[in-house]
Amino acid sequence: MKSIDHKLGFLNALPLTLVLGVSFLMPLLVIAGFSVMPQKVFSLLHLPDFSSFAVILKQGYYKSLLWSLGMAAAATVILFVICWPLAYGMAKVFGRFSLVLTIAVVMTLFVSENIRLFGWSLTLMKGGLFEGHMRAWFGVGFDGLLYNVPIIIFGLVYVYFPFMLFPLAQGISMVPDDARQAATDLGATRLQVLRHIDLPLAAPGIMVGSLLTFVLAAGAAAESKILGGQAVIVIADDVETAFTFGQNWPLGAALSLILILIIGAIAVYGISKVDLDAIMGRKGR
Amino acid sequence: MRPNKSTRIVLFLYGLLVIGFLYLPLVSVSFASISKARYLTFPIKAYSTRWYAKALESESVRDLVMTSFKVALIVTVVSMLVGFFGALAFARYQWRYRSLFQKVILLPIFFPQMVLGLALLMWFNSLGIIPTWKTAVVAHLVWIAPIATLIIAIRAYSFDPALEEAARDMGASTFTILREITLPLLMPAVISAGLFAFLLSWGNFPLSLFTTGADSTLPEWLYAKMVSGYSPLVPTLGVLSVVGSFLLIMLAFAVVWLMRGIRRAGKAKS
Repeated sequence: MKSIDHKLGFLNALPLTLVLGVSFLMPLLVIAGFSVMPQKVFSLLHLPDFSSFAVILKQGYYKSLLWSLGMAAAATVILFVICWPLAYGMAKVFGRFSLVLTIAVVMTLFVSENIRLFGWSLTLMKGGLFEGHMRAWFGVGFDGLLYNVPIIIFGLVYVYFPFMLFPLAQGISMVPDDARQAATDLGATRLQVLRHIDLPLAAPGIMVGSLLTFVLAAGAAAESKILGGQAVIVIADDVETAFTFGQNWPLGAALSLILILIIGAIAVYGISKVDLDAIMGRKGR
Repeated sequence: MRPNKSTRIVLFLYGLLVIGFLYLPLVSVSFASISKARYLTFPIKAYSTRWYAKALESESVRDLVMTSFKVALIVTVVSMLVGFFGALAFARYQWRYRSLFQKVILLPIFFPQMVLGLALLMWFNSLGIIPTWKTAVVAHLVWIAPIATLIIAIRAYSFDPALEEAARDMGASTFTILREITLPLLMPAVISAGLFAFLLSWGNFPLSLFTTGADSTLPEWLYAKMVSGYSPLVPTLGVLSVVGSFLLIMLAFAVVWLMRGIRRAGKAKS
């Protein structure tokens, strides 16, 4: 049986591996190649001169990188705090209601994030759903809530909410009730149960959720464009500008490469720590 | 250790609040789409459906919808196919590089989609391929095929290998086993993976942005209009796109419900 398993596993993995080889691995190599090309060339047939990296250092592009990473970190922490009680409810308390909640949250994923962010800008802008009605009903208006850093973080929290919620709920459902019961019987307080039982045992879910939200938020651009009105420039924005208005592919490629290396290192480290069989297969076996 | 009643009520209310929070922007968009004015301000003074009429008769809107639809359809079919085999390699068979394979196919999900799109643009360019909606299909697959694989893998985990082994002991070929046992058992997951693939592709914007060339998908067009100023067609098309997705989900639920009914009726008869 073993050898058949081995052969079939390999064969079945082939189609997806091929698709990802052509559409994921090769493009990444091309990015790495372009990042060392001289400025403003459009082919890989030049002598490498690494000038893009010098430009990045000189022109302060690290600022947008820091903004992206900082806002992503803030969004991740906020999301963890917001999602934990809800994830706990979904895993241990809600019963039927967690199905309703799951469907309601998944449905939002199918709506283009553009449209949802645009909806927030209609809600929060001056003359928007909030301010307009406040002014009409109570006679007091305020200057819209858009175009600042907190609102960008708010947008990140909103868009990546499901990516934290579901892994957390899955993680918490892996905490055996017996362990919590035993701890309580032995006189542990709620906080102690949380610290010594819930958090460590749900760690794989916490890891996946935080990882997903952080890396996705770090590479996001729509939030700062639609809600932030570019109050700060994020790294993904710089990348886009270098490619479009700048017509400078090597610079864009070098910026992408830096982002990819940071995110890739975090993602590879995180993924290698997690036992996927345990998280995904738990229910079936 | 069930939490006491007040905790449960608080958590339940919190859940409702979160649902409200998630859907609030869509409420604003819906109101905006039926506002009569060309420049929107709340509270809305006059309602009208004229932007819907405009959207429905516009040729360019029809092109956008057709492009998005073509892309989503092909992405769906390929994702289901690739995801089915990928899920077996992911969850069912014990083979040497399984753990590596599991981790590698997760990587694209963790990547910023816009950067992936740009990388693909450069890759196509070095191959001499001019981007059209067909290249966008490739771009969507990078992100959506792994997700489809994961969805099917969850079901493949709960699959009893003894079923396949029994068939093999009785002399069934690998192909027969696949057709008669594996495929029917995984079918529900394959279909829901297809549904996910379609909807995710339909709504995807960052992967399309750089990979569609002169063609444009619906989310791309909406983004271009949002960034360049307000157009009353934006909320209208947004609502239409959302309604389209929801109708598809309803249809899927209806089909599942009908199938279950038919199967139950069949069982009752025999």
